[in-house]
Amino acid sequence: MEIKRRKRSRPKPISTPASDNVGIHPSQVHHKEETNKQLVRKLDGTQEIVDKYGSDKTALIQILLEIQRENRWLPRDALLYVSEKLDVPLSQVYRIATFYTAFSLIPQGRHRVCVCMGTACHVRGSPRLLDLVINALNLSPGETSPDRKFTLSTVNCLGCCALGPVLQVDSEYHGNPSAEDVKKIVAGCD
Amino acid sequence: MNRLSSPAALERARKRILSRRDPDKPCITVCSGTGCHSYGCDKVSAAFVDELAKNDLQGKVDVRRTGCHGFCERGPVVVIVPEEICYLRVKPEDVPEIVSTTLVGKRLVDRLLYVDSNGQKIAHEGDIPFYKRQMRIVLASNRLIDPKSIDDYIALGGYSALAKSLFKMSPEQVLEEVKRANLRGRGGGGFPAGVKWESTRNAPAATKYVIVNADEGDPGAFMDRSLLEGNPHSVLEGLIIGAYAIGSHEGYVYVRQEYPLAVENLSIALSQAREYGLLGEDILGSGFDFDVIVHRGAGAFVSGESSALMTAIEGAVGEPRPKYIHTAVSGIRGQPSNLNNVETWANVPLIINRGSGWFTSIGTAGSKGTKIFALVGKVNNTGLVEVPMGMSLREIIYDIGGGIRQGKKFKAVQTGGPSGGCIPESLLDLPVDFDELTRVGSMMGSGGMIVMDEDNCMVDIARYFTNFLGDESCGKCVSCRMGIGQMIKILDRICQGKGQKGDVELLEELGEVVRDVSLCALGKTAPNPVLSTIKYFRDEYKAHIEQKRCPAGVCKALISYYIQPDKCQGCMICLRSCPVEAITGGKGLVHIVDQKKCTKCGTCLEVCPPRFAAVTRLSGEPIPAAPSLGTKVLRPKGKQQ
Repeated sequence: MEIKRRKRSRPKPISTPASDNVGIHPSQVHHKEETNKQLVRKLDGTQEIVDKYGSDKTALIQILLEIQRENRWLPRDALLYVSEKLDVPLSQVYRIATFYTAFSLIPQGRHRVCVCMGTACHVRGSPRLLDLVINALNLSPGETSPDRKFTLSTVNCLGCCALGPVLQVDSEYHGNPSAEDVKKIVAGCD
Repeated sequence: MNRLSSPAALERARKRILSRRDPDKPCITVCSGTGCHSYGCDKVSAAFVDELAKNDLQGKVDVRRTGCHGFCERGPVVVIVPEEICYLRVKPEDVPEIVSTTLVGKRLVDRLLYVDSNGQKIAHEGDIPFYKRQMRIVLASNRLIDPKSIDDYIALGGYSALAKSLFKMSPEQVLEEVKRANLRGRGGGGFPAGVKWESTRNAPAATKYVIVNADEGDPGAFMDRSLLEGNPHSVLEGLIIGAYAIGSHEGYVYVRQEYPLAVENLSIALSQAREYGLLGEDILGSGFDFDVIVHRGAGAFVSGESSALMTAIEGAVGEPRPKYIHTAVSGIRGQPSNLNNVETWANVPLIINRGSGWFTSIGTAGSKGTKIFALVGKVNNTGLVEVPMGMSLREIIYDIGGGIRQGKKFKAVQTGGPSGGCIPESLLDLPVDFDELTRVGSMMGSGGMIVMDEDNCMVDIARYFTNFLGDESCGKCVSCRMGIGQMIKILDRICQGKGQKGDVELLEELGEVVRDVSLCALGKTAPNPVLSTIKYFRDEYKAHIEQKRCPAGVCKALISYYIQPDKCQGCMICLRSCPVEAITGGKGLVHIVDQKKCTKCGTCLEVCPPRFAAVTRLSGEPIPAAPSLGTKVLRPKGKQQ
């Protein structure tokens, strides 16, 4: 009896381009043939970055940092491209992308809300500030709001210990904000 | 600017820069370090430019955005030279008054001056006690130069040490001078830099590397950042001199990506130095070639360790490796690589220019020169301080730091970053140098100094650091990965009031194993915070375990908030502020905390008006029964409604 080879089904691409690769497991990473405009644009940027470093293997971390800065995350296709171009196994690219805290495999929000958890801020009460921010945003550290407006993160030291405890929203610093201040700051983001 | 092709050309360039500058021309320097930046110094310096234009003073008065002045507590700091009038906490609104009063009217703006403990106003930066007791050598130029201008650095005699090394000294002589100066690594280890240089120099290989470690991962420490942001050329000059002594032609600067301003200023410095012929091929016409690559770190504390850092530069995951052969002999790509910290490199030009004799005249027997500390935490004057080695902790915290905030009681000072230890009040007179700090169970580290007062719980602090190190451990060694993990579990248990008898002893035992068995310095020093707090604050551990009490009132599981019925005036402030609506009552009725709902955030204690002081924090004692709902408040006599 002839065994019919079943056609491999592929999950349908998700319609919103931003949620492209959310929560993807490395085993699921494989080439996509589709070419939507967004993807081409993204890879364009990636190509330039890789070319800038002359496909130098030792520049892997620097290349990933620039891709991260450009996109606010590391899209799967960019990682595949970098892996191929630099001739570095994807597993190794993935290892670096997960080892360092600067990289994110899921898209980040438009506003980066960051609570400093450095020692100086800790002794001046940053755990309480973090609680306030968690309440205000309804997010845990590391999470992004479903509308991709905010990403809440913690950082080990921002180096402005005199202000502690410090809340950073994008490039603005807020020293020792009260519960009211936190609400106002969050409401002030568009 | 043409390439400078000889020391004489450098000297001519310096004279030309100086001749274009009028030393009497007023200059407004605005501190643009990270601390002041976060207070909004950008707006202040922009306001100065606008205001000068309005008063037709542009061209007659300069505005310079300088490196960090160090007095972060009172930022943004504005100093008007040549008089050195220092204004603190300057806001853009203050700018018109400064321009009209000080620059035009030649009078002081009293309200922006420093006021000392006797109420005396101090006009000059150097007279402020915070600066007066310091010995600013490495940081000296920070407040004078615009970090983005190589001319500013050259005007102050910059790169003269490089010219001296290249033309008047042989590499061996440079090496010998640094060895004689006994310059010890400022990154934490305290290993003599000269000895390290020598092993790299003597290692047989064609290619050798020199590296600046600017992966300042210690929370609460920002010395390296301020140096690299504020005076990048001093670090670069030191690095080139080191490369010359070692015989290296390629260098790296490894900077954290969290320091974008440092990367920016450093990159500008590098391209300026190349343009001037101070970097690249045939430096100053000496025939010596050397160039530098900037490598940004991607956020991993462990990558600040030397072997891990070198692996990261190679483009791999920054994990430490066994150092049976030192990195000085086999580092990047197996080649001899000499790594020193930012502050160490910045000391080199000073040693070459002023000689090892001058350098060794500062400091203690074993530790020479000065050290920059980031003085932070519960201290009045937060900021960067540079003091000679051997100054006592008391002098640093009380004389320079201005004592503890809000008149609270000092409890401990933590030095050496997450891997350092906590030093109690009884050791405040300890002279600060590499060996003394190690002797009492802490370490110099990169120079963080975190002051804690009576409101800090030492068990919580130990847990904080252990958690940090647990997060940052790369996981390679079982002792570090699992050992720290178990220590966190035990500390968590103690903080939650579930501590068991024998936990402290178990922590000590675990700590010793982690210390002895781990590969790199992260693991070897990870137990320090726990072991030092057990050593000096055993009572606090006991209180947590035996009495289920947190003496400082920090550990949430061991405290509760209670409103004293006899003091509560039913003002509704705490009731409205409570984020979880755990307080019930009404206008004129005694408020009651619902202990089941309370998340122990402490907001009620904070907002209760001090004249009532009705909210108390209890720990280790039973909560008194609450009055029944609707109980009317007791008004003080004469105020009965």
